[in-house]
Amino acid sequence: MRFSGLKVIKEALTGHKGWGPQWRNPEPKPHYDIIIIGGGGHGLATAYYLAKEFGQKNIAVIEKGWIGGGNVGRNTTIIRSNYLLDGNEPFYEFSLKLWEGLEQDFNYNAMVSQRGILNLIHSDAQRDAFTRRGNAMILNGADAVLLNAEEVRAEVPFLNFDDARFPIKGGLAQRRGGTVRHDAVAWGYARGADQRGVDIIQNCEVTGFRIESGVCKGIETSRGFIGANKVASAVAGSSSRLMSKADMRLPMESHVLQAFVTEGLKPVIPGVITFGAGHFYVSQSDKGGLVFGGDIDGYNSYAQRGNLPTVEDVCESGMAIMPMIGRSRLLRSWGGIMDMSMDGSPIIDKTHIDGLYFNGGWCYGGFKATPASGWCYAHLLATDTPHETAKAYRFDRFEHGYMIDEKGMGAQPNLH
Amino acid sequence: MIINHPILGPRDAQEFTYLGDASLINRPDWQADDAAKQFYDYQYLRDNPAGEHRELWFHEQGDRSWLVVTRNTVTHEISKVELASDVARKEGRSK
Repeated sequence: MRFSGLKVIKEALTGHKGWGPQWRNPEPKPHYDIIIIGGGGHGLATAYYLAKEFGQKNIAVIEKGWIGGGNVGRNTTIIRSNYLLDGNEPFYEFSLKLWEGLEQDFNYNAMVSQRGILNLIHSDAQRDAFTRRGNAMILNGADAVLLNAEEVRAEVPFLNFDDARFPIKGGLAQRRGGTVRHDAVAWGYARGADQRGVDIIQNCEVTGFRIESGVCKGIETSRGFIGANKVASAVAGSSSRLMSKADMRLPMESHVLQAFVTEGLKPVIPGVITFGAGHFYVSQSDKGGLVFGGDIDGYNSYAQRGNLPTVEDVCESGMAIMPMIGRSRLLRSWGGIMDMSMDGSPIIDKTHIDGLYFNGGWCYGGFKATPASGWCYAHLLATDTPHETAKAYRFDRFEHGYMIDEKGMGAQPNLH
Repeated sequence: MIINHPILGPRDAQEFTYLGDASLINRPDWQADDAAKQFYDYQYLRDNPAGEHRELWFHEQGDRSWLVVTRNTVTHEISKVELASDVARKEGRSK
């Protein structure tokens, strides 16, 4: 079933009786060519591109709960490609280009809205750093505009410009950045993959890997053994838990990141705004709620809920940059589990076990990466070679000193 | 979270900064034949368990002692707090 304006009108006139389920609910087969563990954004995107772009058949996505119930449903929905380093920027720009064509590609309304992202500048040193970053973005084919304080004021006059501690001296804008309806990303990919024959198997927990003589033969699950030529992990915050079943220790810690939504308001914020002196980012959803977040809580956690000191810190940052936010009421908040890697950058690579592949370590930047992560992972799974934009995301980069550390924090996951 | 400091009693976790897995106490021998491999393990790889986790907290806004806190990463419940110096001495270190 393809969605179209005509179809919507027809269904409206006939009582909406023609809509069916968007994907099947199949029983697992005994064997697949490729099994993807994790029915989140990245896993579903991988299955979709494997089937659509790389001509693979006989694929399954195995999900412990329901699809889209993890971090793809628990984020602040921002897309952007404003990175500095060579290992990152081409990848994220590839991702942003895929976002731009995504809805036409998978025939699903994901509400991709390129309303722009603005990183605020509060000091001369920060202006230098952002100028450099903007140039790196342009060199990699992305867009970037450096704004002075007056230009920022003309666009977003409600900010706290003349604050004594954190005056706003300008901003780095990426006009092609924006927000996406996050759940629809999971659903769109799931539907597209299912239409191309991918089995999406929900309520099926992986309990172990069957590894014989260094070769992964399949997975043990709560619904029995499922054989596979290739097994691919894409489970975000649960990466260490899953890969420990293959006796692997990963260069990452799991941390909780909270996000917040206020009551619905009339449109006040034109795009995404980030505070350069603290860690705070805010946008407004199409329903009107202000969606914002800040730092991770900072200690290892699998709890999917955070603590109040971080709530206070995030709200203080919001008040510092946008005092009018104090007039809105917080409606809800939630926590997601991030696989914080040792350099703040992800891994898309084979493991030392034949037939076992890994995608993870997205820290708290996984959502914007969803299309490119899926595409590059599919490339790796189908061809056994890395995609050209994901070549740097190797497992062994820590051992050999090829870190991709955007913030220059070193091997301290809670600081990335 | 409240951390029950062995000397100072119950203190708000906000007074502390977090470093990570308590295995960071056990710095490898730099003269070992496989020192590079050991340091890679030490510096970059983590067990990262869901459940009980022994971890290092620094009482930065207090007495500046290092603590080994045993905490459940699923419930955030703290079951044991020790001075890191005591833990290190118990493992045969001089300080």
